[in-house]
Amino acid sequence: MRNLALLFCGIFFTLAFSFSGLILSSNNILGGLQRTTETLDEEGQLQEGEELFPRVMPGLAKQGKQVYIEMGCMYCHSQQVRRAGFGGDAERGWGPRASVPRDYITQERVLLGTMRTGPDLMNVGGRPLNADWHHLHLYNPQITSEHSNMPPFAFLYEVQAIEQSPSADALQFPPGSPYAPAAGYEVVPTRKAEALVAYLMSLKLDYSVPEAPIL
Amino acid sequence: MNSKSQTVLSDTDAYSTNDAGVRAELSEIDASIRTASIFFTVSSVLWLLIGSVFAIIAAIKMHHPDFLGGDAWTTFGRMRSAHLNAMALGWGNNVIFAVGLWIMARLCRSPIRHGGLLLIAGLFWNFGLTLGLAGIIFGDMTSVEWLEIPHYATPLLAFSYLLVGVWGIMAFHFRKGAHVYVSQWYILAALFWFPWLYAIAQIMIIWFPARGVVQSVTNWWFAHNVLGLWLTPMALATAYYLIPKVLGRPIYSYYLSVLGFWSLALFYNWAGVHHLIGGPIPVWLISAGIVASVMMVVPVVVVGINHHMSVVGLHRAVWRSPALRFVVFGSISYTLASFVGSAMALRSVNEITHFTHLTVGHAHHGVYAFFTMIMFGGIYYMLPRLLKREWPSATLIRVHFWGSAIGITIMLVALHVAGWLQGVQMKDASIPFLEIVQMTLPWLKARSVSGLFLTVAHIAFAVNIFWMLFAAGSFRARTAPTLLSKNDGEAFAK
Repeated sequence: MRNLALLFCGIFFTLAFSFSGLILSSNNILGGLQRTTETLDEEGQLQEGEELFPRVMPGLAKQGKQVYIEMGCMYCHSQQVRRAGFGGDAERGWGPRASVPRDYITQERVLLGTMRTGPDLMNVGGRPLNADWHHLHLYNPQITSEHSNMPPFAFLYEVQAIEQSPSADALQFPPGSPYAPAAGYEVVPTRKAEALVAYLMSLKLDYSVPEAPIL
Repeated sequence: MNSKSQTVLSDTDAYSTNDAGVRAELSEIDASIRTASIFFTVSSVLWLLIGSVFAIIAAIKMHHPDFLGGDAWTTFGRMRSAHLNAMALGWGNNVIFAVGLWIMARLCRSPIRHGGLLLIAGLFWNFGLTLGLAGIIFGDMTSVEWLEIPHYATPLLAFSYLLVGVWGIMAFHFRKGAHVYVSQWYILAALFWFPWLYAIAQIMIIWFPARGVVQSVTNWWFAHNVLGLWLTPMALATAYYLIPKVLGRPIYSYYLSVLGFWSLALFYNWAGVHHLIGGPIPVWLISAGIVASVMMVVPVVVVGINHHMSVVGLHRAVWRSPALRFVVFGSISYTLASFVGSAMALRSVNEITHFTHLTVGHAHHGVYAFFTMIMFGGIYYMLPRLLKREWPSATLIRVHFWGSAIGITIMLVALHVAGWLQGVQMKDASIPFLEIVQMTLPWLKARSVSGLFLTVAHIAFAVNIFWMLFAAGSFRARTAPTLLSKNDGEAFAK
């Protein structure tokens, strides 16, 4: 090839083409999305006095998201629900509806994920699992989910001697659990573990938005 | 034969020529870039070994989650991210800087100026990457795929890259001869594309986060293009350079080269959004990505034909040459991996394969079986010319080739089968999730075994390189090339 001007223009415009087609245009379409009420009034305006969605995450949950990020949880857990009939997401009860772009607009970092070595967590806070369950599961997944290949996060907990009476936040192991601490000791969550569980409990897809109502 | 393909011939004929002038010219160019290229080669091999250790740890943790489970810094998420970045930016970029820039210098037919720039760039790159990996392991990971390195290390990488880019443009500016060979198109384009992709991704995801899933679109535009517009062009440039060089005959068709280059440039960079099929982004964006992914069949078939027709009839010579044995393995893998990739982008297939080990397998098909194998070939060809010594051990080269070839084949089979079964079963909600996990474990163990094969191969490679670099002794006196079968001679006599 001898026509260098053509070569350089081609190299520039091919990438400029996809950059504008994919990045700039999606920013143009989605960059202005705002929070909304679950339904709109007859004129397509927000319903006055109703709660806005998606919710803004509480502070402790935000700190928990940082733990989720630094541990790399998203490399095994996605946060997106595909529409009913496409994959088994709906049938597995991972969410009452498909997730849509607006569900993510309050997040400073979006963690859609591309891998499901473990289940999707878009709506994990909406499942009938309490904080105790999450703590046991994080401490050692084998306690709640035998044969899981999720790594233990016991380093987010402290084993300490019981002084007088057990701490209120001590983990409640099932009777005879091989993972329970020795007699006279208890396992308590560190602040990171508390935050991480608060984050997981805050992940809920329990609201409608006008473009994706829960039917 | 038309005039254009004759130009290609004269460009690539230097190795097999007996023209002392041409040989002296190449030798002078090699001397001018020797220090930088060897620095990058050694760096790349060290990162390859480090990345292999992280890989094995992460692979074992997949089926034995308690393995090294006691500390935050060895948790799975950090080990796999350390592995990815050590391999992609440590091995991948260093070997590109080693082999790609050397090919660029040779094709520009002019000794390089300011080789010191490259050394400074290399120091910054490796320092930035070390800092970045430490950041990942000790808790500053970003959890953005392919961009895990924390924000305080990326400016070092950017500065380093800037120097490489400036050097590349200067090398091209001071070239001799009017004709620009196909390898140069690919290298020039990649040198230009990579910083654009990297800068936009850093800005829109890390520094000034875009709103919501715009981040995800940007993420996959970037991450898929690291493969498509950075690793792929560099590997293709290397293949386009080595095949005619070693075999002493020109690339089959100039026009297929042109078509292959432009169709890759046009289609590949739209394809990345296929990682978001079914996800929360506008459907038309995904459709555009699917169309581009399927259209990738065009450059792949074209390049496949071009490379195949260039080696056809000379298979014994290919098998005998350490460089070409790796390059041809890589080229065949390019065709296969790309076909699988196009199929995986179809909605009906993606419904199964998305979110499974198959995607991981596919990534290794591209980055290892294609890119890495070709770059191994590049080093096997380059180092003897830079050092003016032959490879010390043909046995170690064989161990390297077979370890890599068998290892990656085991991995691909294991992850493709496991991923497909996983996808089919996840779609069937009557199968409990933990049963699916159990089903994948034997395949994941096979993947760990494949990691051992690959690591042995990498160690053999490293030993051969360091032996060549440092050991004086009998092999230094050798004058004939180290080949992989006994009846050498004919193909190289020219």
